[in-house]
Amino acid sequence: MSQAVLAGFVTAAAVPTFAAGFLSAPVGVAHYLVVGAVLFTAGVVCMVVKRNALGVLMGIELVLNGANVNFVAFSSPDLRGGGPPALGLDGQAIALFVILLAAAEAAVALAITLNFYNNHATVDVDRADELKG
Amino acid sequence: MAAFLINTLGLPDWLAWTVTAVIAAVLILHVIAGGALVFIWAERKIAARIQDRLGPTRTGGRFGWLQSLADGIKLLAKEDLMPEGADGLLFRIAPYVSFCASFCAFIALPFAFDFVGQRLNVGVFFVVAVLGLEVFGVILAGYASASKWSLFGAMREAAQVVSYEVPLGMCVVVPVMLAGSMDLVTIAEKQAGWFTSWYLFHDPFTFVVFWVYVTCAVASVNRAPFDLAEAESELVAGFHTEYSGLRWSFFFMAEYGSMFLVSALAAVLFLGGWNGPVPVARLLGLSEGTGDTAGYFVRLLGCGNLLLKATLGVLIMMWVRWTLPRLRIDQVMTTCLKYCTPIAAAMFAGAMLWQLALPGGLIRGLPSWVSRPAGEVREGWLEGPGGLPAGGGGARAASPSVVRVMP
Amino acid sequence: MMGDAAIAVMAAGAVGQGGMPFGSPLLAAVNWQAAFFMLFAALACACAVAVVLADNVVRMAFYLVLSLGATAGLFFLAGADFIGAMQLMIYVGGTLVLLVFGVMLTAQAPFVAIKPSSGDKVLAGMVGAALLAVLLQAAFRVEAWRRPAAAAAEPVAAAPSATPLGMALLGIRVDEPPAGAVGTRGGYLLPFEIVSVHLLVVLVGAAYLARAKRRRTPRAIDAAASMVSPQERVGVAGGVPAAGGRR
Repeated sequence: MSQAVLAGFVTAAAVPTFAAGFLSAPVGVAHYLVVGAVLFTAGVVCMVVKRNALGVLMGIELVLNGANVNFVAFSSPDLRGGGPPALGLDGQAIALFVILLAAAEAAVALAITLNFYNNHATVDVDRADELKG
Repeated sequence: MAAFLINTLGLPDWLAWTVTAVIAAVLILHVIAGGALVFIWAERKIAARIQDRLGPTRTGGRFGWLQSLADGIKLLAKEDLMPEGADGLLFRIAPYVSFCASFCAFIALPFAFDFVGQRLNVGVFFVVAVLGLEVFGVILAGYASASKWSLFGAMREAAQVVSYEVPLGMCVVVPVMLAGSMDLVTIAEKQAGWFTSWYLFHDPFTFVVFWVYVTCAVASVNRAPFDLAEAESELVAGFHTEYSGLRWSFFFMAEYGSMFLVSALAAVLFLGGWNGPVPVARLLGLSEGTGDTAGYFVRLLGCGNLLLKATLGVLIMMWVRWTLPRLRIDQVMTTCLKYCTPIAAAMFAGAMLWQLALPGGLIRGLPSWVSRPAGEVREGWLEGPGGLPAGGGGARAASPSVVRVMP
Repeated sequence: MMGDAAIAVMAAGAVGQGGMPFGSPLLAAVNWQAAFFMLFAALACACAVAVVLADNVVRMAFYLVLSLGATAGLFFLAGADFIGAMQLMIYVGGTLVLLVFGVMLTAQAPFVAIKPSSGDKVLAGMVGAALLAVLLQAAFRVEAWRRPAAAAAEPVAAAPSATPLGMALLGIRVDEPPAGAVGTRGGYLLPFEIVSVHLLVVLVGAAYLARAKRRRTPRAIDAAASMVSPQERVGVAGGVPAAGGRR
């Protein structure tokens, strides 16, 4: 089919074998941070590599979601191991506002992309290299 | 049930919880699949009678009882086709995405006081959110079929479902406001008693909101008169033109599952849920909260009550389908944006003002067994999921919304 | 069924586990919350990587849907019910539907797979790997983050999060302050109002940006449409009522 699904399955197979030790240990904040880091990095690479404007937009969504995972992990009351207090409700409120703002930003970005497509018949961002309107 | 498995059979915690979860999931699956079986037969019979003919009369006797079974066997035996230019992965996975969305929403739906898959604190929100995910299966099916009819049908249906989520959300917020909680179990508990304590009869604004909800719900599950996504006269069959056999039947099951779900949601939000028009259990002196057999029987009665109401809703949807002509896409959008949304917003404001001005209801001083207006003080609404109801609530403690077992 | 069982399980857990006629000690040692976390985390990470590696933009959108859905599952596991439901409704059910609409409107046959050059890919891969390494080692550096709280050994009832969150958005904090917090904490009323106005502005702005304009000279997309024959396009011309028009 495509190397994407193959790579996805390889990753999915690698993660459990790598994390076999984790299955008997309870989950802490660090594990959520790992997921957040992977999402964030995938989003950054997506933004850099993709030439399709919508691909760049998907990278932005992944980045925002990585940050959200981190916030929710810090706000959770039962994932801490003692020490500094949890973020509590503030983390959830911040995640809520991030979701709202991401939706707003996606709407405007899509309107801009659609406008660009109507004017230039392509969504290739490498072709957006003229400064006149 | 997990307690029974742990204490009597000596299973470890995790196995008991897994078995309980599997049993709950299988029960819900049977509700959807069995319901689809009955509804397919009912639809054909109702359609036939409305069109002045008989419908299935041969398979399984005089009334064609086994027609759905025969349909199922035929669909299973069909050839598995895929169009040549179709995207393989997306074409295959689209029906399952639709079905999963419809099935997941049943997790939070309560069938009786303790008969709920998972008692979520944000039950209403979760159900409405997951219902909106069904549109992905439709879009993927339309795109992956590599056919113009499919793509047009899918785009129309997606636009319709997404537009109707707005008034649907506003209609759903009114019972949430009356109950003070998004927990579906709490909302239904507060309508216990006679039918006068149903939210449908609580104030005229909620009455209007119920009918707006019915319109939006019919539109959001793509039933006629809003079914232009499957309009046979225009688009062959819309987004599922290229689907046949078992894949098509998954779309069908998702549609009937969603119809049942929105009807059950209407019953829980507006029609008292498992509380009947007559409080049979309370008249008999039984309470649904005790752990013994009588309590279980009461809950079973309530579950049957809810299933009856939901089935009535589905039958009414079928009746409307075969009676009214189909709306055009611009008429659908006009109905949503120019009628449903402003009416829902105005009714929401009206219900809010009614709560402020007349918290005790229009006629004060009625005994609590006749009517329990929603303006009564709720205790413990910050700690647990909703407060205790006025009658018969002393027997059970406020159960926590989520219990996570960490061995 | 579930409510009574919960209380009974708490009692049983305090007494101790019963005998294990089923399953091996290995299975019994598995922490099932960790197992579900692994399931959702693996799905989210695998689909995020698949978004980067896929070429077809529609498949990228599909993998993104799966990834964000798995993230919603992670939110539910962490006890943030409201945020999980909000992620499903707004992000997956709203933003991604919008994205898929955009993909459909612009996914013309010659443009469905626009590939970057391999030099770019290698460079991006190296930068990504470096960033991931930095973030991963930072994640495991703080000792307190590696294990959950000791008090979570017995079953925990998650506090309902919708009401305190709603009250906080109205400016009244009713949740308990974390130990060691100093001073009073503010509500979120002002950000709430700002975000409401922001959403209204975005609604008007996006509708204005994507409107149909009357032009004296034909647009590039109309010129391209007249040149390309109908068989070559899998287009959606005229099929979507909210597209803003192409006339």
